[in-house]
Amino acid sequence: MTTARLLIPLLLLFAVFLLARGHDAPGGGFIAGLVVATAIALHALAFDIKSARALVRVHPRILVGTGLLISLVSALPGYVAGSPLMTGVWVELSIGSGGVKLGTPLLFDLGVFLVVTGMVMISILWLAEEEGA
Amino acid sequence: MPIAPLTVRYFGDRAPYLLGLVPAAIAVVLALAWQDVSAGETFGYSLAWIPGLDIAASWYLDGLTLTFALLVLGMGVLVLIYSRAYMAGEKDNGKFYAFLFLFMASMLGLALSDNIITMFIFWELTSISSYLLIGHKNTYESSRDSALQALIVTGAGGLALLAGLVALAIAAGTWEISEILQRVEVIYESPLAIPALILIAVGAFTKSAQAPFHFWLPNAMSAPTPVSAYLHSATMVKAGIFLLARLHPALNELWLWTPLLTTVGGVTMLGAAWQATREKDLKRILAYSTVSSLGTMVFLLGLGHDSAVKAAVTLMLAHAFYKGALFMIAGGLDRQTGTRDISRLGGLRRAMPFTAATAALAAVSMAGLPPFFGYLGKETFFAATLSAGSLVVLLSLAAVVVSVLHFVVVGLVIFRPFTGSSTYEAKAPTDGPFTLWGPPMLLALLGLGVGIASPWIGSQTVGPAVNAIAGATVKSKLELWPGFGMVLLLSSLTFGLGAIAYKLQPNFHRVHLGWRFGGDSVFNWIIRSFLRVAVRLTMLIQNGQLSRYISIVVLFGTVLIFSAMFTGAAFRWPGETIVIRFHEVVIAGSVLVASVMAALTNSRLRAVAALGASGFGISTLFVFYGAPDLGMTQILVETLTVILLVSVFRFLPTTGTETSNRVHWRDAMVALAGGAAISVIALSAVATKPVDSITEFFRANSKSEANGLNVVNTILVDFRALDTFGEIAVLAAAAIGVIALLRLKPSKKGPQ
Repeated sequence: MTTARLLIPLLLLFAVFLLARGHDAPGGGFIAGLVVATAIALHALAFDIKSARALVRVHPRILVGTGLLISLVSALPGYVAGSPLMTGVWVELSIGSGGVKLGTPLLFDLGVFLVVTGMVMISILWLAEEEGA
Repeated sequence: MPIAPLTVRYFGDRAPYLLGLVPAAIAVVLALAWQDVSAGETFGYSLAWIPGLDIAASWYLDGLTLTFALLVLGMGVLVLIYSRAYMAGEKDNGKFYAFLFLFMASMLGLALSDNIITMFIFWELTSISSYLLIGHKNTYESSRDSALQALIVTGAGGLALLAGLVALAIAAGTWEISEILQRVEVIYESPLAIPALILIAVGAFTKSAQAPFHFWLPNAMSAPTPVSAYLHSATMVKAGIFLLARLHPALNELWLWTPLLTTVGGVTMLGAAWQATREKDLKRILAYSTVSSLGTMVFLLGLGHDSAVKAAVTLMLAHAFYKGALFMIAGGLDRQTGTRDISRLGGLRRAMPFTAATAALAAVSMAGLPPFFGYLGKETFFAATLSAGSLVVLLSLAAVVVSVLHFVVVGLVIFRPFTGSSTYEAKAPTDGPFTLWGPPMLLALLGLGVGIASPWIGSQTVGPAVNAIAGATVKSKLELWPGFGMVLLLSSLTFGLGAIAYKLQPNFHRVHLGWRFGGDSVFNWIIRSFLRVAVRLTMLIQNGQLSRYISIVVLFGTVLIFSAMFTGAAFRWPGETIVIRFHEVVIAGSVLVASVMAALTNSRLRAVAALGASGFGISTLFVFYGAPDLGMTQILVETLTVILLVSVFRFLPTTGTETSNRVHWRDAMVALAGGAAISVIALSAVATKPVDSITEFFRANSKSEANGLNVVNTILVDFRALDTFGEIAVLAAAAIGVIALLRLKPSKKGPQ
């Protein structure tokens, strides 16, 4: 349990890191989603399913829907700017010495992340819950 | 459309007024074009939609499409207002209005589309919204059955229609209806012309409830009455007629056109009119008489000469006015007295004076008395059959019989409920709120007004529509007083015979023609047979045993791979020596050991752990070969798989050895064969140098084009983002499936 307590925040942080850097280095929304789901599964094993479910405030199916919507919306800016649908649009922000790249593909990846997280959560938590009841 | 439920939430029962402004506004905009269109001009507007397939969202406005569009919108407004009273206090009104608007938009799209594919999509959308509206009272089994029946019949017709339209487009070499109509000669030379006509006709017949597909329409009467009045009388069922009229210039000189349409239309108009006089439920009577009128329109279009086309258009409009009004009245009677059975209604004239007056106005129009619009419809009908050439006697006789039967229907609808002694069950029925009898009253009065203003109507709406159908300018005058002649004689004959037939109607049920104008039983038999075959087939290939599914999948895959590898001679031994490094041996070895252990062990836990171990080994290999993303994903997936498997263990029986040795051996053979197939592929893949790998493209462009360094990720979210989007959409659908499946499981807390 102690391990889980320590690991879960780390895993979540790692997921965010993976998501953010995914475009330039190994990582990305899909993997980040799996990491989060793993963290939640770990929580469910170490503590109980109810509190694992409570880790994410909303129902996983809302994650799936929101993710899908975000990905869809991310396709639009490129279109509005006059390029074909889903063309990436990037904004470079420089903060101090380093720069942060923000762009629609990142938004798209965020959508993927949410869908994957939600989907895996649904499967694992529902299955595990049957067991608990 | 999605705004409708919100409007209902905030404005309650008054929502329809607000919603009605939308179609009213569109109608006004379209009506602005009226002057120009009736002067013979046409408007077109095109928007590229799927340019790759030559499919454009193109619109076209001429006399016919404008008339039809205005009919859809105008009826829409009245039906919305009527719904305010009829649907007051019902559940799910937001949903109801949303579907009604979905229908209205589809119908408008259908009327105005110029592209054949766009039109077809709208056509199907009307079928779907019709399904949703018929089944609106979804707690009744009969509603659901009728809705499904209507969907299956019109949907099957839709498939035929699609094939027919594509054939026609290929024959004509264009997807635009306005252009198809210009290329008549090309179409006639094509061998596809006749099949196209047959298939399109089947589509139109199912939609417009022609025999033998008519049975869904009377059953669709389980829809709320506004829907019956709107979809199943005034607009949607006329889509088939509209389509035939639209394509009339392109197809009417094919030899099959006239025999096909006149036969089907003729049988329908006679059979349905006969059946209408034998029904007791007010709405079913009206439904059959609608089928009969639709049959008449098909029949007239089949005759195809100018005066027949004029009659078809006149009848289409007149019918929308009086039948729409009659349906609304039937709904009002139902709501105020609690029954639609004419044998249990009588003497309502005093209790519901406005309703009775409206019914009288509409019914007189339907009976075809001057100076109503319906009179013009019947008059042009007679005129059309009289100029039919060699078959004039037969056709005119049919026209008279149909008109006489309609006369009887009118009697049933108007005299039975409203005159005679007062018999009704409700205590004190009243007219109800204005919105319940106002809209039908307006329709009926319009029917009168149009009749009186007929010369003007003739030149302003019927004329342009007829010109559009005939593809040429024809003289289409509508006159109330055509002078003495055959037409007038037939009209008077109809009234006389009609009055006699109405007196005889109570005895109609004794007459058996040895044939019921049904079709339900055939339909049900087909559906039942389908289900039986489906059940057998499913039992054969899907017996619920997971191991059997896996064996089948693996076996098929193996056979396919081997046949492709060896018949296509794609198999190759790796030519060059492969350098094997030490760590690779170690990893491969442990993967191998773990796999064998997973296969041999008797303990489930051990099997899962071993599978996980072999998966981790493979992930490590990915990492070594420069695919860290893949490796990472694989590791996570393996972890989650193990967790999933462990969490479902509780549900499995404790022993895992209920299978016999023979089965074990069989499964082992299947597994080995599958493994061999994969090995063959792997070896060949190593031996084959891919031609100019696409990898290079991605590597070179990932920075410049997609602004990223991680090639895998740029592919996922940029280069092939559409694919990824499709995948997550599938994932979301799978999530819905999982939720549904788990909900279905009887849980220990009781049904959810």
